[in-house]
Amino acid sequence: MTRERSEPEVIEAILEKTGIGESYVIAILQAVQEHYHYLPQWVFSYISARLGVGIARLYSVATFYENFSLEPKGKYVLRVCDGTACHVRKSVPILTRLRAELGVSAEVPTTGDLLFTLETVSCLGACGLAPVLTVNDKVYPAMTPEAASRLLAGLKETEL
Amino acid sequence: MKFIDRAALQSYRGECKTRSAALERQILVCCGTGCMSGGSLDVYDRFRELLAEKNIHVAVNLEPEPHGDTIAMKKCGCHGFCEMGVLIRIEPQGYLYTKVKAADCEEIIDKTILRGEHIERLAYTLDGEVYKKQDEIPFYQRQTRNVLTHCGHIDATTIDDYLAVGGYEAFERALFEQTPEELTAEMSASNLRGRGGAGFPTGRKWAEVRRHRNNNLAAGKSAQTYVICNGDEGDPGAFMDRSIMEGDPHRMIEGMLIAALAVGSDTGYIYVRAEYPLAVSRLRGAIEDLERFGLLGDNILGTEFSFKLLISRGAGAFVCGEGSALINAVEGKRGMPKVSPPLYAERGLFGKPTALNNVETFANIPQIISFGAENFRKVGPESSPGTKAFALTGNIRNTGLIEVPMGTRLREIIFDIGGGVPNGKEFKAVQIGGPSGGCLTAEHLDLPLDFDSLRKAGAMIGSGGLVCMDSDTCMVEVARFFMHFTQSESCGKCVPCREGTRRMLDILENIVAGEGKDGDIELLLELADTITATALCGLGKTAPQPVISTIRYFRAEYEAHINEKRCPAGVCTKLRAIAIDPEKCKGCSKCSKVCPVGAISGKVKETFAIDPEKCIKCGACAETCPFGAIDS
Repeated sequence: MTRERSEPEVIEAILEKTGIGESYVIAILQAVQEHYHYLPQWVFSYISARLGVGIARLYSVATFYENFSLEPKGKYVLRVCDGTACHVRKSVPILTRLRAELGVSAEVPTTGDLLFTLETVSCLGACGLAPVLTVNDKVYPAMTPEAASRLLAGLKETEL
Repeated sequence: MKFIDRAALQSYRGECKTRSAALERQILVCCGTGCMSGGSLDVYDRFRELLAEKNIHVAVNLEPEPHGDTIAMKKCGCHGFCEMGVLIRIEPQGYLYTKVKAADCEEIIDKTILRGEHIERLAYTLDGEVYKKQDEIPFYQRQTRNVLTHCGHIDATTIDDYLAVGGYEAFERALFEQTPEELTAEMSASNLRGRGGAGFPTGRKWAEVRRHRNNNLAAGKSAQTYVICNGDEGDPGAFMDRSIMEGDPHRMIEGMLIAALAVGSDTGYIYVRAEYPLAVSRLRGAIEDLERFGLLGDNILGTEFSFKLLISRGAGAFVCGEGSALINAVEGKRGMPKVSPPLYAERGLFGKPTALNNVETFANIPQIISFGAENFRKVGPESSPGTKAFALTGNIRNTGLIEVPMGTRLREIIFDIGGGVPNGKEFKAVQIGGPSGGCLTAEHLDLPLDFDSLRKAGAMIGSGGLVCMDSDTCMVEVARFFMHFTQSESCGKCVPCREGTRRMLDILENIVAGEGKDGDIELLLELADTITATALCGLGKTAPQPVISTIRYFRAEYEAHINEKRCPAGVCTKLRAIAIDPEKCKGCSKCSKVCPVGAISGKVKETFAIDPEKCIKCGACAETCPFGAIDS
């Protein structure tokens, strides 16, 4: 992967905001992920050197928390809520339908063209509107497999 | 503008009260996560646009000199009646409008705002009766809203509204009139028990932190202590804490300030889970306001007391709701629990004594300091006084957020407030306490909900999620769901939880797939016993609870899956056989269009057929068929 020259500056700007120190590791990785939508490999050695914290320590944090991703994600991240309330209001058929239509699975959640990533998400606390799904953090309430399929078709159309 | 002393705060609060009272006419748009995803920001913007077009003066903040025609526009917190969102409350009438769309705004302004008329089609109706005012709706009438009293009634994005309802009066009293010992004694007298699930008395917790601080000081060590708010509300189906953080953030922060006075702390952290971005932004706004006014920072109100408050955003790990794991996460480490003792009241964050309480607990504190412990104890049973917020979700008519006295009977919550089970289905069970809790059935409907009664029934109050389930719910599948949840959230540190939950999940997955064996139930109970006895932290110890309680109350369902390869609720897809009845099929082709995997084929006006090789048994075809020809 080629790096643009400005990339260390991106990280420096992040460190300026979060502070430099071991207790800021999570906040730093979160900011990096917000910028790149995943954690590129080179970032680990860079931060390790700047913080004086071992790369293994950084990886241990990055792999522990669900929100961090070491793989690039699709342009649209679809997340089906699989909290209890959504589950009892039938969220699984929505997930099944979207997986079938996108040709992705739990193991390979991202489409080959890097357009879509399909994941489940822990309870969003929007249980009154169950079942919900989110597209890049926008919440879509009271979903059905059909409504989800239409939503996906709409997204695909804008990409044509 | 910084308040240099007590008088400055009091004078500004007085001004806020006057200004707020002058703003008679108000439009309160619910801007909680629920209503926002239903489009409440569009509604808010549309109101602003229309009011500007009509040249009506709008006040977004409390203005120094409002004139008679001013309409206040407020972004308030969750009203709790999420099922009916987007919700709009109109003052001074107290009207509640439900399911409001941007297209309704013009009518609301023309009729209600300008002429005071009520619009019936937007009101809540139940059994033919129209409820104009929010307080008259049965859902609200039977509640006791103490902690949530301001939620939905004040603007959640500005400190002025909180001051106008007497905000920071309790803190002021605690700072100037009470010693740390008196504060702790008041908390102990109130017998407020931690709302996060364990129900540990808050006063005793604070006294411990204070004691260890004093011991450290006497031994010539640092007197540093910390206050942490646990906002890692990870239980699926629970959103009480989210609603408080979003709808009345200052109330919780005021509780933290009082805790800081009691334990002698100068730094606090609010740990908020990653899935609550709106809560984070509301808290950030609140902290900025407080810093601007000098209610956070050095020498608060001209005293010796200094306190800074930081937000620590979670990155997605359920186990961080456990105290010692949360402390690791705040320190920037993997969120894994530590072996206790030492308790974090002795050695917590950065090794210092730490007062760690949950959001709802902190939000209870201002009223105790303002009105006294005795007043607090008037509500609820002797052993668990006060109120409790619950999130009602699942197969229930009125999903949403409620607050009732501790000890309220389940029946009242599910049927009187929740409106019962929708679509004519029967009530089957309610899961309480999330993945650490258990299920309660029809025989428990008269059980009072408080810490001790629930523990006796083999469940726990947990943080307060109540997921209602109807007769179409498979309890074995529910147990599998929770086990899958805890298994994937197990941090992997201790063997019983890491390996034990994996084994339990394997067995449950086999059972719902029709591959259950004789002896599986006994093996599940044996594993449950071992995990409960030997796991390191609360997550592990309670992980088998949903399995134990579903076996206890629904053993016959397990047996049907194992012995007869049958799912009595018709939920488990692998035990389903989907086929088209040639007698009833009219060949309309609807089923083949809806099938996501192209497993259905046939000619129009002839009988269609399902290819069992391709069929994923999702049941979409059965739901679509207009002739009821597909049986699943």
